[in-house]
Amino acid sequence: MPTPDQPEYYPQHDLLKPPAGPPQSDWMDTPVDFRPGSYIYPGKAKNLKILDLPHARDWSVTDADWQLPADWQRTVLEGMADRLGKYRSFQIFMDCCVRCGACSDKCHFFLGGGDPKNMPVLRAELLRSVYRKNFTALGKVLGRIAGARELTVDVIKEWFSYFYQCTECRRCSVFCPFGIDTAEVTMMGRELLGLLGIYVNWVIEPVANCFRYGNHLGIQPHGLRDTFDFMIDDIEQATGIRVDPPLNKKGAEILFVTPSGDFVADPGTYTCMGYMLLFHELGLDYTFSTYASDGGNFGLFTSHEMTKRLNAKIYAEARRLGVKWILGGECGHMWRIVHQYMDTMNGPADFLEVPRSPVTGTVFENARSTKMVHIMEFLADLIHEGRLKLDPARNDHLRVTFHDSCNPARGMGLLEEPRYVIRNVCHHFFEMPANTIREQTFCCGGGAGLGTDENMEMRLRGGLPRGNAVRYVQQRHGVNRLAAICAVDRATLPTVCDYWAPGVQVTGVTELVANALVLRGEKPRSTDLRGEPLQTPTAGESAHEGPAHD
Amino acid sequence: MKLLASLIAVLMLFALGLLGAAGTVPGVLLGIVIPYLAVATLLAGMTWRVLKWSRAPVPFRIPTSCGQQRSLGWIEPARLDNPSGTLGVLGRMALEVLCFRSLLRNTAARRTPSDRLVYAWRPALWLGAMAFHGSMLVILLRHLGMVIAPIPGPVALLAQCDGFLAIGLPVVYLSSLAFVVALLYLLARRLSDPYLRYLSLAEDYFLVALLLGIGLSGLAIRHWLGADLVAVKQWALGLASLRPSLPGPVGPWLFGHLFLACVLAAYIPFSKVVHMAGVLMSPTRNLANNSRRVRHVNPWDYPVQVHTYQEYEDELRSKMQAAGIPVEKE
Ligand code: SF4
Ligand code: SF4
Repeated sequence: MPTPDQPEYYPQHDLLKPPAGPPQSDWMDTPVDFRPGSYIYPGKAKNLKILDLPHARDWSVTDADWQLPADWQRTVLEGMADRLGKYRSFQIFMDCCVRCGACSDKCHFFLGGGDPKNMPVLRAELLRSVYRKNFTALGKVLGRIAGARELTVDVIKEWFSYFYQCTECRRCSVFCPFGIDTAEVTMMGRELLGLLGIYVNWVIEPVANCFRYGNHLGIQPHGLRDTFDFMIDDIEQATGIRVDPPLNKKGAEILFVTPSGDFVADPGTYTCMGYMLLFHELGLDYTFSTYASDGGNFGLFTSHEMTKRLNAKIYAEARRLGVKWILGGECGHMWRIVHQYMDTMNGPADFLEVPRSPVTGTVFENARSTKMVHIMEFLADLIHEGRLKLDPARNDHLRVTFHDSCNPARGMGLLEEPRYVIRNVCHHFFEMPANTIREQTFCCGGGAGLGTDENMEMRLRGGLPRGNAVRYVQQRHGVNRLAAICAVDRATLPTVCDYWAPGVQVTGVTELVANALVLRGEKPRSTDLRGEPLQTPTAGESAHEGPAHD
Repeated sequence: MKLLASLIAVLMLFALGLLGAAGTVPGVLLGIVIPYLAVATLLAGMTWRVLKWSRAPVPFRIPTSCGQQRSLGWIEPARLDNPSGTLGVLGRMALEVLCFRSLLRNTAARRTPSDRLVYAWRPALWLGAMAFHGSMLVILLRHLGMVIAPIPGPVALLAQCDGFLAIGLPVVYLSSLAFVVALLYLLARRLSDPYLRYLSLAEDYFLVALLLGIGLSGLAIRHWLGADLVAVKQWALGLASLRPSLPGPVGPWLFGHLFLACVLAAYIPFSKVVHMAGVLMSPTRNLANNSRRVRHVNPWDYPVQVHTYQEYEDELRSKMQAAGIPVEKE
């Protein structure tokens, strides 16, 4: 018998049933429903203690008593006042919503589940109602008529439920006439819950690991060495090339930082192998770091302070190793942080140099201050300057579509670079429908710390819009590979695809590059990095003269 | 329910306003004191609001990027949807404020019988919003003619164009019709979608009812009930020039119309209508997406507890050495 943490537990026709419409009772009177599969286990005391976070305790979501600290209401309200004073965004987003509903059917959780509290506007109202009651004149006087309500234990439970049913993907924000970003509201809501010691373990355990060992998985340095050694062997088997990725090498020109998910779990490992092959082929003077062994940062799903605490190690390590600039791998939320927070939080990076590709000489002016370049920018430049020898035919067994990860799309605008790279390394590339890609892309359903199996129902529901679009290109164009530039995608989308578009596998873009890359001294290639047979096996390096792209 | 209550509330307010014609005291109150109070509340309230917002800093640069970033020279950036500089931001904001750019993106999701989710462009809300806001702007400008003498050329011209499509006499203003129709559409939309109805607050209905009340009473006065325009103008000019006089025989309907407008003006700073100023200050829209190019400073930044490399190496040194990973302290 399948259990609620397994996809088989959920018959497709159940999840596809059109929503019955909103409940009879007003949303303020509708209690939250914690059914297995739709919530995440709370943060364990031991993890909170590692991080010196207050009110550490072991508790369960289904407990009637959540063991809230004494005086918890004051804690939350003071926390709100504090944040209203610190973030203009928070004030504006609390004051300006006109409840036009333009955002409502833009959220994947609402589209896949039909729960009205997953409409971004109502998700924000969960917090806004408490704001009105305590911080606005009308709310204080008119109460419920003005959409205001008391802060009760039930409200806390509701916040917990719905702020952990938001992947902070910002799709709603694209459509809001005032740019109200419910992801920001969710972040505030999670910070407030944090003041009461309320986190989910799927977020706070990786945070504790990352704090102590430099990466979410808690891989210690010798473990990372072993992991790399396995990859080196696998790479040699597929290509005949023996790479030698350096760890903690002082004086290297470039520090390479990438999410740790790609070190251990397929299919991310192939992307990681791809980086190693690429850098080897380029003869890049670079290093991985064991201390800054994760660019991913679940602190973003915890609090701004935690984001800064975990992110600090990247610049610290760059300084210690004496590198010139930093190159970042494929990751979604890591790039939200690198692009929009890192320099502000932990800069200025005045000890680094403005990034300049040692291969092409291109200066990355867009990273002039932060000094960190995205691997897709780096690759697009390499290809554009004709410095990679590519044989896209080696990817002919793949029919590829591209999933824009939320953060690089809506928190950065990295849209063309990955497409340019893919078009140069694959012959068969097909876009999903226009309203499901680029800035309108749909989340994988498991971002922002929601990608755990105990949350399976919500993941499958939230993954429906994305899975549905994948299914469409699968049926129409025979797509069998979904490329994404995010480690969370590589961890969560296989489940979504297996469920909604079985037969489509997930890949990183750098993996596709490594497949197509013609390497000096390589052996004849009959398989790709995964060991899957190529459509047209190649004769090895000598068969190709000059760059394969045009 | 919420709608009915709102309608009743507006009717009662209107009735209250009618009293203005009932004698000297109510006339002074409703014709002079309350209009001044309402305008004062509006101005003071909005100023206070905007000051309050501007006192809160913008610690992080968080624009929502709705198009290609500016990165490599040969990739065309989306200058308006993802601006990288001030000019682009100005353009983006102009589009948001004047054309409701983001609303124009609106799609509606639908499930096909074969369980495919499709998203169709749905500009109806945008149209409704544009019609409503646009006509309101025109009406406000037209009303300027009431309080300024002589009527400024552009306003007169506007009124002329607006009334160009005269249907019978007196002139029916296009804007007044658009205003009422757009409001009715927005109301119907709110009522007909069960989810939208579910998330609506009393405020949402009250505002529509209030605006409808103002619009309909204005139309009614113009076309059926009538008002002595000369007397109205004299009174309005007096108010505007801070030399208020008791209104002449303008009739009770005008008092009702005016009172509703006063309620609206005074209510604005405490309602969702503050979005008219807030939209300009929204950090996801009014910032350039250049945070890697130019450092953004957080004014309240503070040091945080980190796990230093030193602490890390101290805990793991022997393991690092055994794995051949370089360390600081041998
Ligand atoms: S689109 Fe914006 S204003 Fe409209 S309901 Fe959503 S958050 Fe509110
Ligand atoms: S940020 Fe994404 S998940 Fe959260 S409310 Fe908006 S659309 Fe939904």
